[in-house]
Amino acid sequence: MVIQGRVWKLGDNVDTDQLVPGRYLSLTDPQELASHCLEDMIPRFHDLVRPGDIVVAGENFGCGSSREHAPAALKALGISCLLASSYARIFFRNCINLGLPALTSPEATAGIQDGDQVRIDVETGEIENLTRPFQCSAPPLSPFLVEIVNAGGLTAYVRDWLEARTPVSGEEREVHP
Amino acid sequence: MGMTMTEKILARASGRAQVRPGEIVQVPTDLVFGQDTTMPLAVIAFKHMGAARVFDPDRVAIVCDHFVPNATVLAAEQTKSLREFAGEQDIAHYFEAGRGENFGVEHALLPEEGLIYPGMVVVGADSHTTSYGALGAFASGFGSTDVAAAMALGEVWLRVPETMRFVYEGELGPWVGAKDLVLHTIGQIGVTGALYRTMELVGPVIESLTVDQRLTMCNMGVEAGAKNAIVPVDRETERYLKAVGVRDVSACNSDPDARYHSVTEIDVSGMGPQVACPSSPDNVKPLSEVIGTKLDAAFIGSCTNGRIDDLRRAARVLEGQRVSRDLRIVVIPATQNVYLQALREGLLEIFAEAGAAVSTPTCGPCFGGHMGLLAAGERVIATTNRNFVGRMGHPESEVFLSSPVVAAASAVMGQIAHPDEVVR
Repeated sequence: MVIQGRVWKLGDNVDTDQLVPGRYLSLTDPQELASHCLEDMIPRFHDLVRPGDIVVAGENFGCGSSREHAPAALKALGISCLLASSYARIFFRNCINLGLPALTSPEATAGIQDGDQVRIDVETGEIENLTRPFQCSAPPLSPFLVEIVNAGGLTAYVRDWLEARTPVSGEEREVHP
Repeated sequence: MGMTMTEKILARASGRAQVRPGEIVQVPTDLVFGQDTTMPLAVIAFKHMGAARVFDPDRVAIVCDHFVPNATVLAAEQTKSLREFAGEQDIAHYFEAGRGENFGVEHALLPEEGLIYPGMVVVGADSHTTSYGALGAFASGFGSTDVAAAMALGEVWLRVPETMRFVYEGELGPWVGAKDLVLHTIGQIGVTGALYRTMELVGPVIESLTVDQRLTMCNMGVEAGAKNAIVPVDRETERYLKAVGVRDVSACNSDPDARYHSVTEIDVSGMGPQVACPSSPDNVKPLSEVIGTKLDAAFIGSCTNGRIDDLRRAARVLEGQRVSRDLRIVVIPATQNVYLQALREGLLEIFAEAGAAVSTPTCGPCFGGHMGLLAAGERVIATTNRNFVGRMGHPESEVFLSSPVVAAASAVMGQIAHPDEVVR
């Protein structure tokens, strides 16, 4: 999967409270969550972001609360890929589980500025800055994680697995959106 | 070759003789749980997975604690949906404020309910799930979809973490306790200091702490990025477990020849109270450097410091005092059992007489949900675990993290204060 998009550059230690503040945690609809994403840091972020945009962050991206509302909001906004120097572990798992590719590269973070156009090959980890001369490569995701991302996330991955394990009749099968 | 506690637990759970850091293991789960903000997403994912039944209803728990008693109509709808899910799935471990049995903040509640024991694997949809390492369990925080998968499959994949060993030695000074130790440690190693790793907390000082205090320390392991925090099982662990009715106590402590990522010795002698300043848990300073900082609010409670041990300490400072008229203080016992115990011991009367707003158990203001949020420009001293930008209200408000005794003394003085200024 090759992704090309405009970059939103964030700093170090961007926590999940900033991505979706606690006061909105009763919401579950990804679109509603998206409308509050980063609202205290970048006013009107949800209006300014375009589907396909890429978020590039520094160290410890997504630290703090385990709230999956945070990557769900980014995904609902159409963010296509995350790139960071490092991730907090729960946030990283959540991104993969939602099918949102998250690559790690301190080098890339240094060579990419806010607003740059960047092309990322998610499978090989090749990163090319189309705005200024810069390219590098991030370690590719492990095959298991690529499998989850390609399935569309852990929900679909487990669904496929459960269906393969216990075939159910058409009548009993739940309808998934 | 020897293994650490965490490696032993993961090896045993995954049916292997040995595991090494970096290996990916598929591990059966002994307890899977979530709370009222994370579990609704997990239930949606669980249903989309096409899963019919949870793997074992007795090994799943749902704790409604963040927005309870239901702060908004939306919160009421969420708890209702969780109550219905628990009913459909025969999940007996369903907890909600005011339902005739113990309830409260998950990480105080589940140990009290005897659901945590040494050597178990706990998967929680809450980052502070690290708390349960205080009882010798492997416990780590996950997102809602991971928890949905664990509910469906009864297992989870994990990368075996490297272990950082912290050895605490020396004599704890007066008014210095578990919160100061963990704040000091996070200040030393930073918010990424233990990223993806285990923090194993050992030494004579840890042995001298109650389980309540060990829970405070393990709770904040995640603030250094840790996957889990863990304390060896000893007589204090056994005392606690016996009191909450856990019979199966099989210790799984580290081997003498276990391999560590690092070993850090911390001499606590001479250490004073610590405060984490805005807006990161690693922005830690000795209390002496921030004394006199004006405050608008104080909060004593949360999964970090809302247990009976914490309330007893706070009451020692607040007894016979009145809080400053320039400030408001909220005190929230973490569970109904803690509330009742504090009531019997006269602690709630001490807080109420001092002028505190004393609430029924809830996470409330800690995560910026309800029950005492902050306006722009306001400052709070809180016994909680995070002081991120906007964590407890307006993005221009500020949170200082401290122990219960420092928060109590600060409430009396209207500014950040040492307990010695109040208790003479």
